Amino acid sequence: MHLDHSHASDGPAALSADAVRPDGRRRALRIGLGGPVGSGKTATVAALCRALRDELSLAVVTNDIYTREDAAFLLREAVLPPERIMAVETGACPHTAIRDDISANLEAVEDLETVFAHEGVGPLDLVLVESGGDNLTATFSRGLVDAQLFVIDVAGGDDIPRKGGPGVTTADLLVVNKTDLAPYVGSDLQRMARDAKEQRAELPVVFQSLRSPAGVSEVAAWVRERHAAWTAA
Amino acid sequence: MSRATLLVLADGRFPAGGHAHSGGAEAAVAAGRVTGAADLAEFCRGRLHTSGLVAAALAAAAALGTDPLQLDEAADARTPSAALRTAARKLGRQMMRAARATWPSAELDALASARPRGAHQPVVLGLAARSAGLGPEDAAYVAAYESVSGPATAVVRLLSLDPFDATAVLARLAPDLDRVAADAAECARRVPEEGVDALPASSAPLLDIGAEAHAAWAVRLFAS
Ligand SMILES: Nc1nc2c(ncn2[C@@H]2O[C@H](COP(=O)(O)OP(=O)(O)OP(=O)(O)O)[C@@H](O)[C@H]2O)c(=O)[nH]1
Ligand SMILES: [Mg+2]
Repeated sequence: MHLDHSHASDGPAALSADAVRPDGRRRALRIGLGGPVGSGKTATVAALCRALRDELSLAVVTNDIYTREDAAFLLREAVLPPERIMAVETGACPHTAIRDDISANLEAVEDLETVFAHEGVGPLDLVLVESGGDNLTATFSRGLVDAQLFVIDVAGGDDIPRKGGPGVTTADLLVVNKTDLAPYVGSDLQRMARDAKEQRAELPVVFQSLRSPAGVSEVAAWVRERHAAWTAA
Repeated sequence: MSRATLLVLADGRFPAGGHAHSGGAEAAVAAGRVTGAADLAEFCRGRLHTSGLVAAALAAAAALGTDPLQLDEAADARTPSAALRTAARKLGRQMMRAARATWPSAELDALASARPRGAHQPVVLGLAARSAGLGPEDAAYVAAYESVSGPATAVVRLLSLDPFDATAVLARLAPDLDRVAADAAECARRVPEEGVDALPASSAPLLDIGAEAHAAWAVRLFAS
């Protein structure tokens, strides 16, 4: 029980990332996925949904920049039922919507949580928030998510880990995606691993190819751990 | 009133969702009605004296303590476009969150509970000003300024317009802004006697039509 929260059950909505909902229940874990355009954020979200949907009650918020393609892709792929996917419009500034002015995203997340809290299917366990593809400085506010993944890919240049920037250096998990493409674009995975280690010290890094049999499994394991820690807290 | 508090509320970076909205500019740009700084100035002037004035008066009335639910209905009646009513409530909900975090008050909590999906943004803005200890003129100024600063920022992004030109447009509108804010506050002061019918109901049909069309686009940069 969290005694430091004073929300009455019929009071107005939460303000920020309060761990307890106005109805007194602990809310879902919120994980953000950021990273440059095309690095594989939506593909990772889709794979995570497939890997986790049987064990966790999931929902996704997408932040497309000027289309609804990410939400449409997830719907088409049927990784989750449509009522579990919500799209937020970001007005040409995807990083603003996840960092400087998080209100639209908070509302989407809270609306999803509220719908599922009331629908008898049981409350949500996990909400994934995908940022619109942006630059290396885009990170999620702690007011919006509890943990964040930064997804880069080997084809975007193997010097990205060396360049660092807030996403690469501070994300709770750095995902280097599309390792299957490394031989074709001449990316040196060892060098990327070394540089990432240098930038991130003890923070974890996962190299993955969603085209390989292992796919998203390491990232899914990390999410499971996070969720276990969240519910135990 | 605290002038510094006014600056906090009026800051374009106040996290209340405005950055994702163009105030009709995206539709006007696509229709070829805004192509540069000169058109932007005319667009902003038109918006300021129509929906800007209405928003400023609603905000001033809320800052004076008029029943926000009554003002919310008055705002609905003054917003013929369904798309703009939706946008105004969305922005109102976002403004509510930011206001309750920055200047918490029982009045804000009460409105948040009564309108969990959001009241019209100018009403919430006015109540936020009230909670911050600001007066009706202050609230009117913020609403009036927002009605033109939003489109100006959006046009910088949409047309790659020189940001100095866009800011100069806003600076030239200062006398108009002063007049609109004063008129709005004066109308709001008449509400206790005359009711909400004392509030202006000017409208810009092209903004309404543009907003309806814009809401149906499949690909757009701004939410409205
Ligand atoms: N070869 C290969 N392609 C991948 C992998 N992961 C994703 N892709 C492909 O990369 C392309 C972009 O992936 P998305 O998941 O849409 O990337 P995104 O980061 O969501 O892109 P934005 O949302 O536009 O920023 C798609 O064609 C994916 O199928 C991978 O591990 N290997
Ligand atoms: Mg995507």
